Amino acid sequence: MSKAADALTPYARALGMTVSEWEGDVPILTAEYTKNLAGRPGALHGGAISGLLETAGYAVLRAALDDQKARLKPINVTVQFLRAGSLETSFAKGRIVKLGRRTANISVEAWQDNAAKPIASAIMNVKIEREG
Amino acid sequence: MADQTPFDPEQFVPLMASAGHPGFLGLTYCDKGENWVELELPWRADLLGEDDSEILASGPIISLLDMASGLAIWTTRKHFTPFATLDLRVDYIRPAKAKASVIGRADCYRLTKSAAFVRGLAHDGDPDDPLAHFAAVFMSISPGKAPPKRR
Repeated sequence: MSKAADALTPYARALGMTVSEWEGDVPILTAEYTKNLAGRPGALHGGAISGLLETAGYAVLRAALDDQKARLKPINVTVQFLRAGSLETSFAKGRIVKLGRRTANISVEAWQDNAAKPIASAIMNVKIEREG
Repeated sequence: MADQTPFDPEQFVPLMASAGHPGFLGLTYCDKGENWVELELPWRADLLGEDDSEILASGPIISLLDMASGLAIWTTRKHFTPFATLDLRVDYIRPAKAKASVIGRADCYRLTKSAAFVRGLAHDGDPDDPLAHFAAVFMSISPGKAPPKRR
């Protein structure tokens, strides 16, 4: 399995996101708390959580693609905010619901100390532009 | 609250963008109306979506639209009261232009006692040629109570 998903976007790197571990073919994204992720007092910013979800979605798709040069473009994303995120480490993991030739549908969840209590989830449709 | 000065996004944005995630993104105020606000996300090399392109990532655009939404709600309500984002959907209808700043415009088209409905768009110079449309729903957090606990 390629670990190309380790290569995150400049945006994700700037916010300190990393691929901390793999569950088989699925990368787990981690964002240690920094003030750059803070929203209203005592809570993470919803936009930062959305960025972590999207990054995990692209990472799981990238890991599943044979064509490492394929360009991935967002079609749409719907984010559900389920709980306030505390000022602590956050994790996110994507699941490919459907992988087509031109598009993928990906479901992503983000959590903190308890994976059974997600702080946010997202559904993403991603366009896949293959080289060949 | 009616006797207070109405909420002014132009004054509020520099405070909001002085710290935390809004500060990291460097958001600035653009314009407002009765029930809408426009914010700008300046182009920056460390906010890109790919190493070999000069296009802003989609993550910061979600943050931009989320924050423009909060400002549009407070502008409509005329005072600051905490709201939590329930859900937010973005349709990316085209990529942003290379090295282009992105402007997010949020319209609060319906406000009830507990909920706020917002829609809007993101563009990179011409609002008639948007790069994204979005819709979001927010719930008010009861004043005087602590933010809801996660558990």
